[in-house]
Amino acid sequence: MMNEMYDEERIGQLLRALPPAPEAWVQAAARLPATRRAIDQIAALAAADAELRREVLADLEGALLRVGLQPDPTLVADLRDRL
Amino acid sequence: MSALHSIDDAGLVARCRAGDDAAWEELVRRFSRYVLAIAQQGFRMSTSDAEDVFQEVFARTYERLGDLRSDDAVRPWIAQLTRRLCIDRIRAGSREVLDPDAAEREVDESLERLDEALSVREALEAMPDACREILDRFFCRDESYAVIGTSLGLPAGTIASRISRCLGKLRQQLEGREPPSPAS
Repeated sequence: MMNEMYDEERIGQLLRALPPAPEAWVQAAARLPATRRAIDQIAALAAADAELRREVLADLEGALLRVGLQPDPTLVADLRDRL
Repeated sequence: MSALHSIDDAGLVARCRAGDDAAWEELVRRFSRYVLAIAQQGFRMSTSDAEDVFQEVFARTYERLGDLRSDDAVRPWIAQLTRRLCIDRIRAGSREVLDPDAAEREVDESLERLDEALSVREALEAMPDACREILDRFFCRDESYAVIGTSLGLPAGTIASRISRCLGKLRQQLEGREPPSPAS
């Protein structure tokens, strides 16, 4: 059981200790599974088609945009690593 | 509020591992404040460094959920991962730590407080919507009575008494809970 140190003032202080994270950060992290699946899909298609692989490598940002992903530097690096 | 909101940590992890995207989002939301607070309050990181650590924590969590020995240990596991990534980032940067032992003690104390704060947060999340929202707006989002009143369609004069009533309920809620296990 929690004890008497949890008076209302202390509860207020502890609630204040955890302000919300910026929504954009939360959404970016929440999209991770969909992002990983999209990168897996591009990598699989590129692995089966050498010409496509060359095109994707030549324009990694464009390849990400075509599957609906914002090509931030981390994603571009991830895709390059996968290819 | 989604049905996933009421699932415990172990259940949520199991669903994430099974490929449930909605469960993953709930896991991110459940621990987002905690991860941010560890980086910014525990390690005093800049917003930019905290954002990098934040994204890295959840990327690694996603990749390594399968490595968890016990699904209900996700909370201390995320705390430890965040701590390690913050330390890596500090070492990789130019920030000088004058007294590493004192800094370490300070971080330990801060993490202990944040762990306690997360337990209170969990109790808050289990409360009825009306109380959860008013307490979150006042304490966590630092909104004034006037802003809360306008947003919730309540007279500003009743906000203080509602907050007090809801705090009392939260306290009762906490009295029925087990104390948190340490994060590290």
